[in-house]
Amino acid sequence: MVNILKVEDVRKAFPSGFEALKGVSLDIDEGEIIALLGPNGAGKTTLISTICGITSATSGKISIGGFDTATEYRKARNLVGLVPQEITLEPFETVMNTVRFSRGLFGKKRNDAYIEKILKQLSLWDKKDSRTMELSGGMRRRVLIAKALSHEPRVLFLDEPTAGVDVELRKEMWEVVAELKRDGVTIILTTHYIEEAEEIADRVAVISKGEILLIEQKDDLMARMGQKRLKVELQSAIETIPSDLAEYALALDSKGETLVYTYDTKADRTGITKLLADIAAAGLALKDIQTVESTLEDIFVDLVHEDAA
Amino acid sequence: MNFPAIAAIYRFEMARFFRTLTQSFISPVISTSLYFVVFGAAIGSRIQEVEGVSYGTFIVPGLIMLSVITQSISNGSFGIYFPKFIGTIYELLSAPINFLEIVIGYVGAAATKALFIGVVILATANFFVDITIAHPLAMVMFLVLTTITFSLMGFILGIWAQNFEQLQLVPLLIVTPLIFLGGSFYSISMLPQIWQTISMFNPVVYLISGFRWAFFGTADVPIAVSMFAIFAFLIACLGFIGWIFKTGWRIRK
Repeated sequence: MVNILKVEDVRKAFPSGFEALKGVSLDIDEGEIIALLGPNGAGKTTLISTICGITSATSGKISIGGFDTATEYRKARNLVGLVPQEITLEPFETVMNTVRFSRGLFGKKRNDAYIEKILKQLSLWDKKDSRTMELSGGMRRRVLIAKALSHEPRVLFLDEPTAGVDVELRKEMWEVVAELKRDGVTIILTTHYIEEAEEIADRVAVISKGEILLIEQKDDLMARMGQKRLKVELQSAIETIPSDLAEYALALDSKGETLVYTYDTKADRTGITKLLADIAAAGLALKDIQTVESTLEDIFVDLVHEDAA
Repeated sequence: MNFPAIAAIYRFEMARFFRTLTQSFISPVISTSLYFVVFGAAIGSRIQEVEGVSYGTFIVPGLIMLSVITQSISNGSFGIYFPKFIGTIYELLSAPINFLEIVIGYVGAAATKALFIGVVILATANFFVDITIAHPLAMVMFLVLTTITFSLMGFILGIWAQNFEQLQLVPLLIVTPLIFLGGSFYSISMLPQIWQTISMFNPVVYLISGFRWAFFGTADVPIAVSMFAIFAFLIACLGFIGWIFKTGWRIRK
């Protein structure tokens, strides 16, 4: 894999003394989708703004496609498209013109055929002559994506692309992202919807209080940190867990009807067979059984919680 | 130099102007006509010739300067303030362009618009009074330098302003009085000595005087001094913009 973005020990301190980024390092390969996950105020937007040149880093080094963002900023920025969190568009200008403007800003020659391609891809072609103020929120966000893609960037930053967007639009946005990935665009998105990261990311970076807590392949992370729970529903409620079952560290729900067994999916022996036999031996009759896998959300909450502790 | 970017900014800004072309065109025509009705016909007929020209003709250079200066400032400031206000400035900051290119794009467009207004006023004035221009080249040069300089000043104002009130404040409280007291409608020599001396501290006096010289060949202050003043002001604005460029003042966090 070719490295496309390298962030080395980037710090950002504001004049108030607040340190928004405390030595962030990141290595991102071409063609992958990275989700930057973190609670509000974790430093996600500051990190993206610093990479894209909207704010300057206090210290550290950033390079995009091998070009230093400070010394070779023109070459570096040519590779980057940014979709900001807030929907900001010139209200009186048409979709076509505002996208053309973005392409021009990045020093590219006018190419209406290319802009037509992106607008069609983003289902905006029939709105090309509409003023941006006449569009719906979802469409305006897609105009921002079209602007960010207008100069054919290799890296696309999506800052909370689905914040405040309804479920249907969110799914639509994910489809757009998947399509961009197929075109070979590297995508870095920030989100605080874990579901989003789980759905579309290849790798997940968790950021909290200006520090990257971890960066890992999503599937590895889920496998490593993920636990499964076996829920055993009983025919009749019990008040206490029989002492014969003490070794399993079971939990009993408040109604006394369900026993919950937590186990590691990676372990050689999950102990389920023996547990079920022991439950039967303890004289409890089963009504139903189900397994539940922990989500990225649980992992995330655990991580951020540990960090706060 | 990222020329496509300069062109993109310039075109985008000019598009704003052309969207409101009727307003941009009609408003200076009407206000100029009103000035001629009030100052030229009603009051002017009772005023003797000033420096050898009729009063109606005499006010033409001042009238053009009045509009050109205010238009330059308002176009220059609004052009950069608006992206700051609505947030689209992120695009300028993340694009592979430098501050000089941004300035050329915005200030170029603002100056072009102001120049257009200046020409419209000159054409309108031609319907009311006879105008002969003694030094056409100098007239064009003064006009172009004034639009550029005050568009630069407007740009600085647009960067500085943090709300619409501040955006209006400087033109309203400083620039308009300076223009009116800068001899737009009178010759400085008509004032009592003390006010003549005070007027010499008003930079606009030098501009209007120089511009009037280009029209009529006579001036309140020597033409060389006027030239010097406009260049000094231009360099001051460029210097300040250079400083903004270096520090990212009010633009980059």
